[in-house]
Parts: sequence; structure tokens; C-alpha cells
Amino acid sequence: MKLSPVRYAAPTSVEEAVALLATCDAKIISGGQSLMPIMAFRLASPELLVDLKKIKGLGDIVLDSEGLHLGAKVKWIEIETDVRLKTAHPLLTKAIEHVAHYQIRNRGTVGGSLAHADPASEMPAIAACCDAVISVVGSGGLRKINAADFFVGALQTRLEPDEIIVKILLPPWPATRRWGFQEFSRRRGDFALAGIAAYFDVEPDGRATNAHIAVFGASDYQRRLTGAEAELNGKKPTADTFAAAARAAAAEVDPPSDIHAPADYRRALVETLTGRALADANR
Amino acid sequence: MKIELDVNGKHMSAEVEERTTLADCLRYEFGLTGTHLGCEHGVCGACTVIVNGAAVRSCLILAVQADGDSVTTVEGLSNDDALTPLQASFRKHHALQCGFCTPGMVTTAHALLTHEPNADEDRVRDVLSGNICRCTGYISIVEAVLDARSAYGRDGQ
Amino acid sequence: MTLRQPNSFVGRPVERIEDLRFLRGKGFYISDLSRPNQLHAVIFRSPEAHGRIKRIGIERARALKGVHAVIIASDLGPTPPHIPLRLQPLPELVPFHQPMLAFEKVRYVGEPVAVVVADTAAIAEDALELIELDIETLPAITGRASAEAAQSVLFEGHGSNEALVWTAVRGNADAAFAKADLIIKDTFRVQRHAAMFMEPRGFVAEWQADTQRMQVWGAAKVAWANRRILATALQIDEHAIDMFELDVGGGFGSRGEFYPEDYLIPAAARIVGRPVKWIEDRREHLMCANHARDIECNVEMALSKDGLILGLRGMSYSDNGAYLRTNGSVGPRNISQFMSGPYKIENIHLQTTMLTTNKTPSGTFRGPGRFETDFVRERLIDLAASQLGMDRAVIRRKNLVRDEDMPYPLATITPYESVTDLDSGDYPAVFDLCMTEFGWAEKSALAGKLIDGRYHGIAIGSFIEGGAAGPKEDARLVLELDGTLTVYLGSSAVGQGLQTIMTQITADAMEMPFDQIRVLHGSTSHVKDGFGSYHSRSTVMGGSAILLAAEKLKDKICEAGAAALGCAKEQVLIDGQTVRHGDRSVSFAGLSPEPIDVEASFFNKKYTYAYGTQAAHVSVDPGTGHVRVHEYLSVEDVGRMINPLTLHGQAIGAIVQGLGGTFLEHLIYDENGQLQTGSLADYLLPTASDFPKIRAITLELKPSPNNPLGAKGAGEGGIIPVGGIITNAVANALSSLGVEPMELPLSPSRVWKLIDDARKRIV
Repeated sequence: MKLSPVRYAAPTSVEEAVALLATCDAKIISGGQSLMPIMAFRLASPELLVDLKKIKGLGDIVLDSEGLHLGAKVKWIEIETDVRLKTAHPLLTKAIEHVAHYQIRNRGTVGGSLAHADPASEMPAIAACCDAVISVVGSGGLRKINAADFFVGALQTRLEPDEIIVKILLPPWPATRRWGFQEFSRRRGDFALAGIAAYFDVEPDGRATNAHIAVFGASDYQRRLTGAEAELNGKKPTADTFAAAARAAAAEVDPPSDIHAPADYRRALVETLTGRALADANR
Repeated sequence: MKIELDVNGKHMSAEVEERTTLADCLRYEFGLTGTHLGCEHGVCGACTVIVNGAAVRSCLILAVQADGDSVTTVEGLSNDDALTPLQASFRKHHALQCGFCTPGMVTTAHALLTHEPNADEDRVRDVLSGNICRCTGYISIVEAVLDARSAYGRDGQ
Repeated sequence: MTLRQPNSFVGRPVERIEDLRFLRGKGFYISDLSRPNQLHAVIFRSPEAHGRIKRIGIERARALKGVHAVIIASDLGPTPPHIPLRLQPLPELVPFHQPMLAFEKVRYVGEPVAVVVADTAAIAEDALELIELDIETLPAITGRASAEAAQSVLFEGHGSNEALVWTAVRGNADAAFAKADLIIKDTFRVQRHAAMFMEPRGFVAEWQADTQRMQVWGAAKVAWANRRILATALQIDEHAIDMFELDVGGGFGSRGEFYPEDYLIPAAARIVGRPVKWIEDRREHLMCANHARDIECNVEMALSKDGLILGLRGMSYSDNGAYLRTNGSVGPRNISQFMSGPYKIENIHLQTTMLTTNKTPSGTFRGPGRFETDFVRERLIDLAASQLGMDRAVIRRKNLVRDEDMPYPLATITPYESVTDLDSGDYPAVFDLCMTEFGWAEKSALAGKLIDGRYHGIAIGSFIEGGAAGPKEDARLVLELDGTLTVYLGSSAVGQGLQTIMTQITADAMEMPFDQIRVLHGSTSHVKDGFGSYHSRSTVMGGSAILLAAEKLKDKICEAGAAALGCAKEQVLIDGQTVRHGDRSVSFAGLSPEPIDVEASFFNKKYTYAYGTQAAHVSVDPGTGHVRVHEYLSVEDVGRMINPLTLHGQAIGAIVQGLGGTFLEHLIYDENGQLQTGSLADYLLPTASDFPKIRAITLELKPSPNNPLGAKGAGEGGIIPVGGIITNAVANALSSLGVEPMELPLSPSRVWKLIDDARKRIV
């Protein structure tokens, strides 16, 4: 399993990288943890690989009044070990624990995961759940895309061929927010057969509000489940409410079937995992 | 393309095709055949090496991407006189049979214990879950890694 | 002669010699070998499951810079050579032999069609994309239903997709069923999965045109047998071929095959006149190395009302894939012959039909046929116990073969008739020990309980593990001029620690220090003949051959020593380093002007049977179908342990492989015969976090009477009962819902579906 012939460039600026992308059938490589296996099977054989390695400023983790900024080159290990994030964005850190394996987490990047858009990946689920904003730079300059618009299908995004993800912004996370993250996969580190990222806030009268529930693995792409959220908003967060939300979640997904799980099973998982994620949130 | 990197403390260079993986470069350009290829698509972990201090899969990195990096392979963790404490622990616990996954297990465990000498059994299992062993069933490998922690400065030892 | 330190090594947990190089990255596997001036081969494989070859266009591939040759079937003669059967070589199976390159038809996805030889493997892979293959597609046969419907047949000359029927008979099954109080009957299925050893296969071959000799590196498991097959295919004398064994990264049955590449790489080296290297990649391995275990069993068990098993009767269908290679019948045959396992079942009539299908050929995988047949039997016993209202441990213990029944003949299998007896053992004692160690009585309280959202269940079952296949093994011992000893052995290493084990046996037999002994094995240049490692035979057969050779060598050493000391042979004593007579002595070093060289063969027709009992505690999450293994315990009597450390490791490893086959591993095909699990991201192997609680206890209760070591083939067998025991535990956990799984693997989606269906039935 040797790769097809390919050229390689390591530009030192985003602008230079964007220019290179426009020259031929080129692909961005950074961690390469999604791209390299595909190239090993010769399912992708780009003419040129544009490595982000030498571009400075894409690897920062910044917390400010806008929220949490993650540069495209931020690696999973850096999220895992950044102690600030355990309180600044506990849902993110919990989700990232589920990403692949140790060696992959040492090299895989936020931007790579968003661009690859595997429907079973965790980072796009967090992006969708948290209404993240993804900054991309292309020949037309900088544009910001809401996560709800960014993912459009399995391995499909709104990213143009000459655009590079530079950053993702997750809005501020109130300390009182309740959240849960549940994923079911065949083995530790495997892609999720189904997963749920969820949070809600609680009004002074004890009712749930601002519910965000996003599905991954059991949908063509990561998206919020508005029907399930509606079951939760304005209700007391009780077991009955959660069960109703879980049923609604199962009803509004249209899961794919594959060798690892048929659609009806994935649908059942969505119900189970939604119920458990909300129960976790309530603890 | 010409690349230069530090491998096991030695400066090395090679002229490689851009498509060459770091694993193939280490094995066939530098003769470091201790790094094994069990799947070439980033699942089995046999090719694990340590790049700039972090355990990574060398089949998922192009050699040209590692230009300028510092790489440690299983050969770099060994010396000719005696087994290292980690290696001796693997031997004592019979944590290997056919030996093919072993270099990846040793490099991964070394990286883990270097960063986390207090890793508990769950953490060891979590980290090693990225390395497939078909012979042992893992019990002995986990025991070997836990037993080797003292050599990495585990608290109170 | 006296033993200075009797048994100072055998039986001790000696740390392995092999580890010193493996742990430092100094193992030497086939992909680590490069020969000067070598070229690289890759194989062009059929992308279709079934079809007639209309045209193979190789011109564009041949024209690519760096490509030296593109070899197709017509380059190998008027008809390409075929792979013969090594085990059970029945004449009626000849039509199903595989051609080395697809000839006229392709019969499975991955079948070799052409060989590309180029400067590098990468260039050769580039050339694969330039080969044009026109195929007239035929309907794909992908299972029993389509094989029997025979919308197409793989071998038109044979006329059906049914290759052969094996029949196992003991007593009178029909009579037993006629008087039975209870008959339990069902259909059981085990999924296609595979050994999946970690080091891919590979060869380096070099043809010496001037001397007409072929050298092949990468031999494994059965070097001598494969040399004979290769010699026939290359049409040269077998002694013109040298096969070299390097370090081998796992065997588990499927390494012991003659695959097309075993011939194609040497043939390519002869054609291009340069050394040729080929290293299999994992995608190829998944679709080309032997698959195994793909079986459907329609079997019934007859019992008396007090729980005595009176008979077994039924028909099994083995999906053997496209061809029968060297060991393709072993699994299907074993399913019928070994279904009674350790239980005294006097009346048996079991048949297995081998079906040809458009899937990868199947072959042996650790516990071939036995994993499958134990699944069926152990499920039937639990179903019977439930019907009879009997305790599942009691019914098993009651039916175990007793020591006084031994040697106890199993069913006789035909054709290629084989008769075998259980050799020795205290089956109930091991059963009782397993119950005690597991805490069966206390854990029985958990059965079927719902605790923190999970249903808990337990199960127990017994098994036998056959070993020590004959007919013989050879060992050659050479006392070198410096007084050290070299052992040349016909056995081969696949990662099981052969070097260490054989050094232990030799050290004790020769009363020599460990570090004075060197063991060389697996290469055809070492001994005249050899049989290799399969059927748990290396230790028993190779080890016994060493004992015989050691006796001969000691006799010759005494003779040489007596000559040097000027006394009679009977008057000297030896201690492994010196020969003594009174207060005079002479060292082994320099004892003789020539090395002292002896060779011995150990012949054996009787198999050994290690045996044991295993028990499991699981819990099931009804919301996801996930099964957690809380505890798995194996207790096994192996007669005699050479090295408890290595045997213990193999026992645990076997169980985890069995858990992989029970829960995770599945080679899935679609209706067109396309393999859907072409990567290790889709073919799921157990990892370090899956099964943390496994225990194995090994005993030396009853040595085998059939060999001087008293050892029984062991290390392989822990896998055998795992599927049955785990499935029984899951059924036990879900007993309140009436869930009875009849099919592996117990994937979460399957378990969830069984629960979901049961709940719908209840509602």
C-alpha cells in the first residue's frame, strides 16, 4: 500500500498556501491522520500536498470574551492537556477524549477533522452543538461560516477547493451550564456508531432553556436535533422530559446503514444516548 | 526531495520521493527495521515512533513532513549491554510472543511513561488500545507497563 | 550416566531468549531482508468475484518506466500449476485446486491474475492501475442458499457447488434418537473470520541460473512440505531449493498454507533473473490469506430425561470459498468429528458438506472446526438443561468422559478415514476446580439479574484440544568442536517461543548449561526432513525428537570420551561439559577431531488431548446491546508444562482471540461477492481496552502416555469453547426476555435486535 506519486510544498503563509491550492488538484495536509489512510488505499491521489507545518499562528488556543478560539493546527493532545479548558469548555474536553487513539491524538488537528467532516467525528459534533463559527481563508479572503451551514453531507462541507480553515470559535460557556456527552462505538477509539453532545441552561424557576442537542454517527452529518431540543426547552429537567426528548431525537434522525450497524439500531442508539447524555447533564 | 532529521540522536539525511512515508524512510533509507509495518493505514500501531517527544504512527506521516524533526525509534530506546527497565519488564511478564507489534508497544509505553509516570491501569489500557497485538491478549503487556513505572519516576518510588 | 540436575529447566518459567532481540528492534522478519540487485513484485488481483476472463491488457503497465515484467497465467505454461492438498489429499478434491494465477476464470475478489515486477513496490503499484482486465461477469455464489440454487457453478466440470461430504459416525444415532426423552434441534451459524496475524506474509526469492538453484526466504510453519509443492510447480528437484525461515510474526493456522505467492515470487525471480521481493499489504491479507469458520449447522441432540446425552445428529454446511488449498478440509472435517468434545456421547451421525463459493478460500485457524463445533454443542447443552430444568453445571459434569473410559474413541470420520482416541485425563476434577476458582455457586445468584441497567449472566463449559499430529519430527544434534551444542530442528517458530522451549528440553536432556546451546529451526538446510508447526505439535513432536537424539549423542560422547580416557564406554560419566573416568576427565571441547553429529526422528500416530473447562460472567446493556466480560476463567490440564510463562501467555492470548471471534471479527461480503471489510478499521480485532479480566490456570494432572515428555499439545486450545460459553452467558443474562442467540458474532446490533424482538414478543 504505497501512495501514488505526489508533489509536496510547505509554504510559510496562508496566502501562499491558498495560491498553491489554486494551481492544481491540491490538498491541505497538516496532521494527515485522516488524509494519509485514504491516500494509502489510493482512494485519493492529489497532485500536490500543501503542508501547513511552517505557517505560524494557526496553532493557538485563546480564551477571551468572544469565547474559545481554536486554531486549525491545534492538536487533540493540546486540548486534552490544557487545564483551562476543563472548566472553560468541559463538553469539548469530554468529547475529545473519545477521538481515536493516543498516537492519532498526538498529531490529528481540529482543522483537519472539520475539513474531513467524517459524519462520526466528535469535533464537528461539538461545532454543531455549540453554534461554532468557522473561519476560512481563500482567494476571496476571509469568511466566517456558521457550523450549522458548514456541514452539508458525509465528508462534505461548504469549504471551497482553494480555502483553508484557520480557526474555529466556540461561544462562551457559562459555568452553570449542564451538559452531557455520550458516544457508542464498537471499540475504544473507533468511529461512533452514534453519539450525542448536549447541553442546556436552567432558568431560575428550574426550567430548561437554550437546549442544544447534536447528533453524530447516526446522521449524514453533524447537526442539531431541534425536535428534541423543543421537548426540553421550557420543561423541568426530569426523567420524563428526557425520555420525551430522547424519543423525539430518535424520530428526527435518518441514520445510514452500514456493515457495523443497521439504521434501526442506530436510531435506537440515538434514543438511548440522548437519554443518557441528558441524565449526565442533570447530575 | 532532500530531508534532514535527527534520528536516535544522530543527524541523518536522505533523498526521498515525496510519497515516501516516514516508516518506509526509517526502514529502507536508514536501515532501522525495528519499526514494523502491520497495516500501513494507521490502525495497528506497530510503526509507532516518537517524533519531537510524542508517540505517532510513522505510516501516517510523510518523510518530507518530518524534515527537521527529531525521531526516536525502538532502536534508539535500546542499548547493547542490557535491556532497559521497560524492556526487561516486558520480558519478565512475557508481554510479547511473535514480537511483531513489540516495537510499537515499547515506543508507545515509553512515551506514555515519560509524560505520565503515574498512569494507572485504565490509562495504560486506553493508550495501548491504539496498538494491536494478536498474540498476548494484552494482559501481560499492561502488567509489564505498570510494573515499569518505577523506572520513570513514579511518585514515591 | 547420571543426571546432574534433573529437570532444572523443563517446567520452569524461563524468560525467553527471543525477547532479547525482539525488544530491541532486532528481530529479523522477511520485510527486513533485502538482496543485492533485488526487484519488487506486487500482485494484480481480481476485482470481481466470479467471471470468465476475456482479455488481460498488460501493455500499458509493461511500458511504465521502472517495470521489468508483467506475468500472467499463460507465462507459466499451457496451464498454470495448481496448489495441491497437503492434508486429506483426496482425489475427488483435485478439481477444486487453485491455479497459481487465475486461468480462464476468476473465482474470488483478490484472486491473483498477474504479477508486476518493478524497481520499487510503489512503481509496481502504479503499474497495477494500468492493467486492463475484461471479465464476463457471472452470478456470484456468496453463501449456502446461492451455492445450492446453483445459478452459476464455480467449477463447470464438476457441475455443482458441493465439493465433498464428510461423515462422522459412532454407534447408532437413529436408534438413540428413537428412544430419547428430549430432542433439542436448531440451526447455528458462525461467521467468517480469520487468524489475522500481525506480520503480513512475504518472500524474497533468488534464482541461481548457473547452478539451477532456488533460494526462498520467508518460509514458515511447513517449510519441507511447501518445498515439495514448490519443486513440483517449478519442475525442479526439491533438493535444488533452499527454504529459509526468518522471524515469523504469528501463525495461528493460516500461516501454514501454500498460497499462490509461495510459487509466484520464486517463479518471477526465475523469469526476471534477479532477486524478487514481495511483501503482502494488509488489504491483500484481508482478502487473500485464508478465511475460516464460515459454517451453518443444523444439528440435534438426544437426551434422556435425567440429562444423559444419548446422541448427536445433523448436517453442517461449510462455506469454503473458491478453492480448496492445502488444509482447506481440516475445519469442515473437524466440525463433524469433534462435536462430541469431552462428553461421552455414544451415538453420532454428523455430516459436513463443503460448499464452494465466490469468496476467499478458507483454511485452518487456531482450533479449526473446534471453535465452531463447540459453539453448537455448548449451546445445545444449555438449551437442553433449560428444557429439563437441570443445572447447567450438573448436566455437563454428568456427561464428561471418565478416565476409566480412556482411551475413548471419538466418532470415525470418512472419507480419508481417521480414528482417534481421547488419551488421558480427569475431566471432572478440572471441571470442579474451574467451578471453585470461578465461584460458580456464589455467582449463580447473579444469573439473569438486572443491576444498574445491565443484565448479568454466567456460563460454564468444557473442551478438548487435539495436538501432536504425526507422522514424525526430526532433530539433529551437533556437538561442536568448542563443546557447544547446536540443535537443528524440523519444527518451526511462529512466535510461540520455540527457541526457548527447545533449549530448555535440550539443556535437561544433555545436562548442559543453557547458554551452550543454540537452536536452529524451520529451514530446509537443517535436517533432511521436517514437518513443522501446526496442530499443537512442535513441543511434543520436536521435543520428543530432541530427547531421542540426545540419547544417541550422549552415547557417542561416552564412546569418544572412553577412547580419549582409555577405558570402556560403560565406565565413563558425563555431566554436560566433561567426560569423567575416576579422577580423570576430558572436556567436551576438543573431545573429537570432528563435530559429533546425530539425527533422530520421533514417530507418533496418536494425538494428545489437553482438556479443560472455562467459565464466564458477562453483563448486557439492553440500551446498546453491548456485552461486557466481567470475568473469564480457563482451567486446562496439559499433562506436562515445559515453560509455564509462555504457556500461560498463550492460554490468555487464545481466549482473547476467541473473544474477538465471538464479538468483533467478521469478514463481510455483499451479494456481488465484494469483501466489505477490507481494512483493520472495518475488520475489528480486540484491543487492550476490550477484555481486561481474563485468568488462565494450567495444570499437570495427567501426562500423555503417548510421548516421552508426557506433554500434550497446548497453547492453541483456549480459543475453542469461547464462542459457546460467552453466548450461553449472554442467553443466561437475558433469560427473563427469552433471548437465545444462535449466531455469531454477538455484535451490539445483533444483541440489541434480539432484545428488541423479544420485547415485542412479550408485548
